[in-house]
Amino acid sequence: MIQVSNLNKEFGKLQVLKNIDINISQGEVVVIIGPSGSGKSTFLRCLNLLEEPTDGEIVFEGISITDKTNNINKQRQKMGMVFQQFNLFPHMTVMENITLSPMKLKKMEKKEAEKGALTLLKRIGLEDKAFVYPNQLSGGQKQRIAIARALAMSPDMMLFDEPTSALDPEMVGEVLQVMRELVAEGMTMVVVTHEMGFAKEVGSRVIFMDEGRIVEEGCPKEVFTHPKHPRTKDFLGKVLK
Amino acid sequence: MDFSFMSKYYQFYIDGTAVTLFLSFFGVICGVVLGVLIALMKLSKNSIIKGFASSYIELIRGTPLLVQLYIVYYGLPRLVGWDFEDITLGIAAVSLNSAAYVAEIIRAGIQSIDKGQMEAARSLGMPHGMAMRYIIIPQAFKNILPALGNEFIVLIKESAIVSVVGIHDLMYKADTVRGNTYMPFAPLLVAAVIYFTITFGLSKLLGSVERRMRAGDSSI
Repeated sequence: MIQVSNLNKEFGKLQVLKNIDINISQGEVVVIIGPSGSGKSTFLRCLNLLEEPTDGEIVFEGISITDKTNNINKQRQKMGMVFQQFNLFPHMTVMENITLSPMKLKKMEKKEAEKGALTLLKRIGLEDKAFVYPNQLSGGQKQRIAIARALAMSPDMMLFDEPTSALDPEMVGEVLQVMRELVAEGMTMVVVTHEMGFAKEVGSRVIFMDEGRIVEEGCPKEVFTHPKHPRTKDFLGKVLK
Repeated sequence: MDFSFMSKYYQFYIDGTAVTLFLSFFGVICGVVLGVLIALMKLSKNSIIKGFASSYIELIRGTPLLVQLYIVYYGLPRLVGWDFEDITLGIAAVSLNSAAYVAEIIRAGIQSIDKGQMEAARSLGMPHGMAMRYIIIPQAFKNILPALGNEFIVLIKESAIVSVVGIHDLMYKADTVRGNTYMPFAPLLVAAVIYFTITFGLSKLLGSVERRMRAGDSSI
């Protein structure tokens, strides 16, 4: 579904990503872990070109998105993204947050978009919040709405950038639950997270990044129980205890 | 104090106020339109366009309005080779000046919006322009309204300067009344009251618009 080859990203002199190669196929749930500053968020943000790679190629559904002649906006419609800070639009109700892009980008009728939004809200258990503004929601609710907003475009793939890192501990569970359901439905996902339990439980592949490189990757059971690389061992030793 | 001159000269004040309102109204409109353009130019990635906008803002902010007025009033007709109406030149001078301040207000307003907002909009597939229109500008507008209202009030007051080139605005008319009546003080007081009424009214109006917009997002 998405092929990344030879991806490099530099911020000035600092090389954040070094020769990343990875293929992600449909239905995979790829979890990226690693210490802060390892480049995992930058890598994720490169996948939909929020961060422009210095060089390398990213092909999504057969179309090179690093090729500037291709319309990135069309491709982005098919890859939803969820941010650490939610980034809901504060001047719009929950309903408007969710229906804006289907209406403007897919020319969907308002009625139809709202029906779709209500279905999504029901799924995440927040249909009673349709007409409130984001500032009246808790962090966990905001993040679930942000997921619904991304899903409203019916993406083929979802990118999660530390979706639970800004949440109070008691709200982490409700967001992970929504993500679990997405996994169960077969959504292709790339998740940057510090939730090791979640990574182990739902990940079909775990990638450990450090200093801009993929140090180790494999199925979660293997990586978590028998890490091969000493850096992975060291990191997991610290976070798993 | 004797205000009996008013019975003879009230029409002067009505005419002058009409000119001041006319000039301020179009000054504000042109100033905002130009200001938006210059703000967008200043936010542009093209360094030439950006440089032009920055220089314009610095030049306007760094020279007196009186000098700008003279330059526009005497220079513009010569430069273009047309004869403009006096009032048009007055509006041009006032709005060219105001545009620089409006541009800075708008630029600051747009840049004050968290960059996550733009990223969220773009990640959904919105083109840059659409994200600006539906996500960034509406939020920025609410933030800049107080500063923008302030700028409108400044413009109305500063418009009095066009009287020096003989545009028959409120200030000019008040001066005429002073000359005709040989009263140095009282006619000015009347003008001050009228200016204050206009600006105070506008300030109240903008205050209520602001409150209504804040009620709209029901922030806590």
